[in-house]
Amino acid sequence: MSKLLVKERDVVVPGEDIVEGMDYLPSKGTYREGDKIVASQLGLVRIDGKVIKVIPLSGKYAPKRGDTVIGKVIDVLMSGWRIDIDSAYSAMLGLKEATSSFIARGADLTKYYDIGEYIAVNITNVTSQKLIDVSMRGPGLRKLEGGCFIEVNTSKVPRIIGKQGSMISMIKQATDCRVIVGQNGIVWISGTPEMEAIAIDVIKKIAKEAHIPGLTDTIQTYLDKKVPKKKIVEPKAEEQEKKPEVKDTEEKKETPSKEEKK
Amino acid sequence: MEQENKDHLVKALDVDVRFDGRKKLQYRDITVESGVYKNAEGSAKVTIGGTEVLAGVKMEVREPYPDSPDEGTIMVGAELIPLSNPEFELGRPSIQAIELARVVDRGIRESGMIDFKKLCIKEGEKVWVVSIDIIPMNDEGNLFDASALAALVAVKNAVFPKLDGDKIDYSEKTKNKLPLNKEPISVTVLKIGKHFIVDPTITEEAKIDARLMVSFGEDETIHAMQKGGETPLTADDLKEMVKIAKTKSKELRKFV
Repeated sequence: MSKLLVKERDVVVPGEDIVEGMDYLPSKGTYREGDKIVASQLGLVRIDGKVIKVIPLSGKYAPKRGDTVIGKVIDVLMSGWRIDIDSAYSAMLGLKEATSSFIARGADLTKYYDIGEYIAVNITNVTSQKLIDVSMRGPGLRKLEGGCFIEVNTSKVPRIIGKQGSMISMIKQATDCRVIVGQNGIVWISGTPEMEAIAIDVIKKIAKEAHIPGLTDTIQTYLDKKVPKKKIVEPKAEEQEKKPEVKDTEEKKETPSKEEKK
Repeated sequence: MEQENKDHLVKALDVDVRFDGRKKLQYRDITVESGVYKNAEGSAKVTIGGTEVLAGVKMEVREPYPDSPDEGTIMVGAELIPLSNPEFELGRPSIQAIELARVVDRGIRESGMIDFKKLCIKEGEKVWVVSIDIIPMNDEGNLFDASALAALVAVKNAVFPKLDGDKIDYSEKTKNKLPLNKEPISVTVLKIGKHFIVDPTITEEAKIDARLMVSFGEDETIHAMQKGGETPLTADDLKEMVKIAKTKSKELRKFV
């Protein structure tokens, strides 16, 4: 019978034994040595059934096939664009993958994407030599105009998105901002300036408190406190029809408390 | 990676919003610690938000300059180390580093903060030279105000080392503080579009049109000024910026 030497969410350092025995499988951030599973990264242990993972505490983005990332155009080439995806390697966006419209031979490619512009792309392939191909065919993949970009630690990205996007849709609903989270840790936020500032604040708070359990509830109360009631009434107008009574009481409760603060 | 573009920033400033949740004329949280290093004659650590600056004062005895035989002098040096911002490079001082040092130097020198005449030990032969070193440990914008504040607190905190004939005994400190007259506070006001802001973050700093640093004494006299940035300022701009700097200098004075 295998023996776990650490608990879930424990911090391990490279070389630290995690499991003794052959019943578990090593995954990302770990490797097998003899009958032991050993950490190869500094991070938190994650036990997923029989699979042992180490979630790194920090580090640059490691490109993975299927990830949606936000990149910046750094060069316009003969047959495509070179994209900086804030990783150790830059990505290549081919002509065919860039747009659904027809691009004539010899066309000025800067008309589509120019240097310095931001785009949301999907990683289609990563070779063993770390040549990265990206595509813009897919839902939500487009040029990002306006809005602001913030950087967060890549290991916090899953917490910002939440389970099935719960966290991110909570932020979207409360602030009425458009938000795209790239797996490479770049987040694009677009909305009214006040709401953008709140969304940035909340996302930074999530990144800071990513390791604390019960994060969703904390963030929900934080958002309720931060977002002025006036703004939240508009997007929630449809919901009010369904549960008019509950919403009314909530509003009554919060209006006087706001006045007290002033 | 570069962050939000300038138009976007100006649009937010139109409604008095900055992306870290502040208003246009609001500073981040400021902390000031003095006497943090025992090997320096005076030292200070100032943080403004994530920006952290250390200042140290060392004193030595030298021959005075021929044109002012009865006056001591100050030297201000700033070193922008890559530790604080990946944009900074090692090697000889960059233009930014020289500007930072000179601006801080000017604030202290021109205000007459230190009484140079009292730094004279023997006319024409020996005077005290006060050297102030500024090192940012983390640059998240507004190094100017943080450095000026750190230098001021460090100078205020400094004591003379023991002078034994020709030799200075740095291990033994006296209780004599530097002869100080004034306490100049520097405030940098920035112009983006038609807006004026104080205490820029590093992303805001990259998008400014013009910058004006004003140094105020306790009696609201202007001691020094430095204009930066590519766009010129109108007379009205200047008046408005000085006005902002004056009110903000009173706020900063509480931390000294």
